[in-house]
Amino acid sequence: MPKLYINNLSVEVERGTTVLEAARFLGFPVPTLCHNDGLTPYGACRLCVVEVQNARGSRLLSACTLPAEDGLVVFTHSERVERARKLLLEMYVATCPQSKTIQDLASRYGIRQVRLAPAWADCIQCGLCVRMCEQQMMAGAIGFAYRGPKRRVARPFDKTSERCRQCGACLYICPVCELRCHGRQAETTLCSGCLNFAPACLDFHDHAMCYLDPCLACELAGPHRQDLLLPSGIGWASSGKEKGELP
Amino acid sequence: MSERGRLRTAKDLDWLAAEGLRTLYPAQPKVLVGAASCGRAAGAVDVLKAAREEVARLGLAWRVAETGCIGWCSEEPLLDLWLPGHGRVSYGRVKPADARRIVRAAASGKPDLRQALAWMAGDENPCTAAHTPYTQGSNGWFAGLPEYAELPMFARQARIVLRNSGIIDPTSLEEYAARGGYRALLRALTELQPEDVLREVTRSGLRGRGGAGFPTGEKWRRVREAAGKTKYVICNADEGDPGAYMDRAVLEGDPHSVLEGMAIGAYGMGAREGVIYVRAEYPLAVERLRTAIEQAERAGLLGEDIFGSGFSFRVRIVRGAGAFVCGEETALIASVEGHVGEPRPRPPYPAQQGLWGQPTCINNVETWANVPVILLRGGAWYARIGTERSKGTKVFSLVGNVRNTGLIEVPMGITLGEIVEQIGGGGREGHTIKAVQIGGPSGGCIPAEQFHLPVDYESLVQAGSIMGSGGLVVLDTGNCMVDVARYFLEFLEEESCGKCFPCRVGTQRLREMLSRICAGQGTEADLALLEDLCWVVRETSLCGLGQTAPNPVLTTLRYFHHEYLAHVRERRCPAKVCRELITYFIEPTLCDGCHACVQVCATEAILGEKKAVHRIDNSKCIRCGACLEVCQPKAVQVI
Repeated sequence: MPKLYINNLSVEVERGTTVLEAARFLGFPVPTLCHNDGLTPYGACRLCVVEVQNARGSRLLSACTLPAEDGLVVFTHSERVERARKLLLEMYVATCPQSKTIQDLASRYGIRQVRLAPAWADCIQCGLCVRMCEQQMMAGAIGFAYRGPKRRVARPFDKTSERCRQCGACLYICPVCELRCHGRQAETTLCSGCLNFAPACLDFHDHAMCYLDPCLACELAGPHRQDLLLPSGIGWASSGKEKGELP
Repeated sequence: MSERGRLRTAKDLDWLAAEGLRTLYPAQPKVLVGAASCGRAAGAVDVLKAAREEVARLGLAWRVAETGCIGWCSEEPLLDLWLPGHGRVSYGRVKPADARRIVRAAASGKPDLRQALAWMAGDENPCTAAHTPYTQGSNGWFAGLPEYAELPMFARQARIVLRNSGIIDPTSLEEYAARGGYRALLRALTELQPEDVLREVTRSGLRGRGGAGFPTGEKWRRVREAAGKTKYVICNADEGDPGAYMDRAVLEGDPHSVLEGMAIGAYGMGAREGVIYVRAEYPLAVERLRTAIEQAERAGLLGEDIFGSGFSFRVRIVRGAGAFVCGEETALIASVEGHVGEPRPRPPYPAQQGLWGQPTCINNVETWANVPVILLRGGAWYARIGTERSKGTKVFSLVGNVRNTGLIEVPMGITLGEIVEQIGGGGREGHTIKAVQIGGPSGGCIPAEQFHLPVDYESLVQAGSIMGSGGLVVLDTGNCMVDVARYFLEFLEEESCGKCFPCRVGTQRLREMLSRICAGQGTEADLALLEDLCWVVRETSLCGLGQTAPNPVLTTLRYFHHEYLAHVRERRCPAKVCRELITYFIEPTLCDGCHACVQVCATEAILGEKKAVHRIDNSKCIRCGACLEVCQPKAVQVI
């Protein structure tokens, strides 16, 4: 069993454990945005970076993808790590200023000021929805398309795939896009807005988007609701108004 | 191709080499055209055709062959004439008509030396340590011409990787063998144990030429010792840095050297399969590789039971699909496996878990091409070249504002100043060289005050750059450093795969801020934020692309802070490049009213009758610079 040192505490873990799991086991709160225990590690949000020391110096590595190896010396909250997380969170807030998850994290890290202009994006490309769909829902109905600044979550050819069962797991796991399910009874239904003929997402939020086409709630409301529903593309979907006026 | 079929012994290889010598140094004159991609872009294919036709028309039994890039790119297309007993003479900027004339003159007995650049009195072969003189004593024919070894551009070079480029016909296995090719593989398979191969490479001190400089012997050892039934070797030929074309030249000019290096490595590491990942934008390199693999397989130099040793090795080509990031090793592996070319975090390193989860050794083209020479001459010999920690030579593509542009190979430890001033021949008129951009988009700008720095991995990292794969762009007072940084960030933003947040968003934000500064909308607070962003992108990005992406910004901020300040404080671009910050005007005392500028102006911004002094309407002027170029009396000026 590999024995490693996290913040000067030694811990023995089973082979195959990641440093993130080991750190959390010891009670160190390492923040993440792209990690979920039921999904494969992805290493994209970079918030879980930890400082790893070796003979030649130290470097920052993502804890969620780092296998716990014998003799590893890790610091989860060193000055360097904290500075990196703060700057990352500043960039996250600027990217998705409206996300409560990100706001909460930023506030926990004492960020009072964001020097970058807000981008009002509704996706940070953490890839949770893509992995959820593939690994837990066994559907693989969504994935990433394009590269660099154009990269986005997409359905094949931007059409709903036959493999999509509209289970809503992608919505459930998304850490950022709270806007999407702002229905009046959000606690009880996925998007109750459509049920009472008042789709909140359409009326009140310009940047609303919906992975469900048609939305499960809307489908329940009857076939005549389908036409007004919702952006057919995923990603930077426009408000549904482009597709059709409300009756 | 070998009529004997598969080669089995040293004797068979001797026979192949003898065949090659007959075409390499024929008793009849020979015409060679540098027809790598660089030559072809300049028109080498037409020159080749013209030479062929002329030779046929005159009924000569001369060989007309293609050869690789000799490195003198600014003078292309190059045509070389081999005159047995007299030497080899190179002609520059040859047009088809010139080719015909040169052939005709040579056929009449005395070569025409118009357009001749230099002559070659012999060649060196680092594989065999042999010097092959082309001529006995001095040569009357080329009396007025410089010899290659006398040219400053070539005198300081040491050609190991480019040993055959521009000498042999890259489509001829025989000529490669004649230059000592496949001797190293024969030696490895018949005389050495795999451990000996590893020891030799470790002793040589060879480090990865892809840029990061990881010790090659150490990497090989890790792959050899890694647990795994199947192992792979990969040649990374996904060269993508803007302005860099070292690997292309090697693949196009000497493809067998890479195959031989890979086979030796595979033997040392216990691999049986190899992949060459080459970018699809290099069609000629792919063609040359295909030919070379086919030839080697037919001759039994690749495939089953090579040289009767029981060792088998196969190579296949995988073409990239146009993503810069696929030069990163984990993204490359993902691409070979058929996935989207996105990197994954290391560790585990490819040496532990690479292609299909098996131990995999990825080396760059240049690294592989070094291997046969190391095996033949010994690691100790190789380690004598270079500095204490950086051994051997490095190929650079020397471009930018310098007189001699081209492909050069220099010993490690040569200073940047020597490269720029001696090999490059200094800067262009009217400007002073102020920096070199080394290492491509991952590298940085090193100022002229630091030109005493030796070219080795550690010195360049200390200066804020990296060795990189070999792009070397010379910048002078006509280049705005903020604009240079913006250019590279634009490239990186586009080429970032987008998987990890700091690289995708960070490069985008950096580029936006640099664009704002170039447009005169930046503030001093922006400069502090720029440094913060650079720091976090470097520290937290997932792969090498993001980790080195801030280098162009960081080095320019460090060495050319005054240029940034001029942009944000005075709203001024010292190099007069940033369009938003410059104004064109016509100096009335110099204008002769020739009307040339009026004719080229696309926006009709220049007013004035013919023979009268013109003036520029700045509300219409888009600052394209067209008028500046055509103005003979230099009346158009920029402030």
